[in-house]
Amino acid sequence: MARSTTTRRKIITTAAAWAVGLLIFFPIYWTILTSFKTEAQAINDPPLFFFFDWTLENYAVVQERSDYMRFLWNSVIISGLSTLLGVMIAVPAAWSMAFVPSRRTKDILLWMLSTKMLPAVGVLYPISLLFVKFGLLDTRTGLVVVLMLINLPIIVWMLYTYFKEIPGEILEAARMDGATLREEIVYILTPMAIPGIASTMLLNFILAWNEAFWTLNLTAAKAAPLTAFIASYSSPEGLFFAKLSAASTMAIAPILILGWFSQKQLVRGLTFGAVK
Amino acid sequence: MGRIQLKQVKKSFGDVTVIPPLDLEIEDGEFVVFVGPSGCGKSTLLRLIAGLEDTTGGVIEIDGKDATSLPPAKRRLAMVFQSYALYPHMTVRKNIAFPMRMAGLDKAEQDKRIAAAAKALNLTDYLDRRPGQLSGGQRQRVAIGRAIVREPAAFLFDEPLSNLDAALRVGMRMEISELHKKLATTMVYVTHDQVEAMTMADKIVVLHAGVIEQVGSPLELYRAPRNKFVAGFIGSPKMNFIEGKEAAAHDAHTIGIRPEHIDVSTTEGHWHGTVGVAEHLGSDTFIHVHGVPGCSPMTVRVGGEIPVRHGDKVFLTPNLDHLHRFDAKGLRIA
Repeated sequence: MARSTTTRRKIITTAAAWAVGLLIFFPIYWTILTSFKTEAQAINDPPLFFFFDWTLENYAVVQERSDYMRFLWNSVIISGLSTLLGVMIAVPAAWSMAFVPSRRTKDILLWMLSTKMLPAVGVLYPISLLFVKFGLLDTRTGLVVVLMLINLPIIVWMLYTYFKEIPGEILEAARMDGATLREEIVYILTPMAIPGIASTMLLNFILAWNEAFWTLNLTAAKAAPLTAFIASYSSPEGLFFAKLSAASTMAIAPILILGWFSQKQLVRGLTFGAVK
Repeated sequence: MGRIQLKQVKKSFGDVTVIPPLDLEIEDGEFVVFVGPSGCGKSTLLRLIAGLEDTTGGVIEIDGKDATSLPPAKRRLAMVFQSYALYPHMTVRKNIAFPMRMAGLDKAEQDKRIAAAAKALNLTDYLDRRPGQLSGGQRQRVAIGRAIVREPAAFLFDEPLSNLDAALRVGMRMEISELHKKLATTMVYVTHDQVEAMTMADKIVVLHAGVIEQVGSPLELYRAPRNKFVAGFIGSPKMNFIEGKEAAAHDAHTIGIRPEHIDVSTTEGHWHGTVGVAEHLGSDTFIHVHGVPGCSPMTVRVGGEIPVRHGDKVFLTPNLDHLHRFDAKGLRIA
């Protein structure tokens, strides 16, 4: 009896997991598939799932019409630098919250997270004005700063949970051994938290890469990253699904590959603290 | 040199006073043990000396200089933690080298001291391993090695043996004692285990609820405990306390007699009772006797093996030379 229940339960959970997985994967699959169709096939009714004339034509057109490498480079620079900058600010912040908490630390953490609940468009106007005033419109610098700021709460939160797991006695030992605060962070805390910092950076890099609201609103041509590259294919003259898909596929490919190779880190990072 | 003086040192967390103003002197080269039940403030006191906690009031002097507001690193003290607190990402060699690296010692001197410490602590073969690959006892030795190489004014030990199994604990106890003899450096050692305190200390400080109950050599505490708390805490098995008529006969509120100061007979004696549990250790026999008025069960220790079993009737006679008398407040009556 017991055995049959567990077997049945196993089958049900496995099926459910597959269903959810496929559901999440389907849009990506469809995008990639569509990118290999002609424009006519792309809007064919009924939709074509596999049997159509595979073509690379869309990629050729996209490559011809826009400079993919420039967008890619902008994406890499903006995501990379905003992540680095964010971590540099968040490590000391999370350190102090984890190891010398005050009565208000929990409130500050919650307050920081609450900024993520605000609709971004609510601050579009002031941020745009600031960008105009400081000449940051369509610059990578501007985007690096904004993306760093919007992701900072998440970085601090993640690092905070990692640091909490590090036994305080080890840091006290370092202090007894004569380490200054800086040495304690550089030689002890950071190396111990490297797995945590790595998965935080990875996740943040992905978030920054996919961020579309600010990158679209604050750039025009020079600093535009891959999100703008995709958006440029949803043209007012009508939708070209196949080309849009090809552009999207090209835009998400690097991050998909990165995510694929760092799955372990990513899963560990997101479930850290949940399982000991 | 490592002379530590606490003058009216006080510690509160918010409104809660953990250590009321307290004075204590630790002489250079002394092995001092802070002992007491958990929550008595012994670890807090050690952390105050280390500088890991800030005092709420009072002065801590190290070698005659005010160290109250010095950061831990500047106090020239080394600490060994209960959890060992090794740096998991560094090899044993780097762990031991860390304090010297922080102090900016040159490489040759570092290597010399590491080699010496490793030899003294039997760690030579493990220098390139990481803490995760070592056993508990080895980790503890690495922690001690890390403390030694600094050549500190004093060593602070915070329950260093409580994560080890019993057999290893006895061995490490000896090693630490020998280390003390060899280095002749001040050591302050915190434990809740009175056996550790008795076997290792030159001077024991018994703490209870943040208050020093008594300071003295192990045998002083054993022979003349100042109050009932110390009497009950020092010595194993615990002292038997008897109240009521028996105590009044000795002009006391409570009398105390240690298990080893009671004679057992099957024919005659001052008290009689029934054996509850008899623990046969071979070298000793501990008998828990029920039915003694004012004290039940009474624990008796007999050297060697005697053939008593549960339910046997026995007669007990206290050795009056070793009787302790206490007044209604629990203080010793001389």
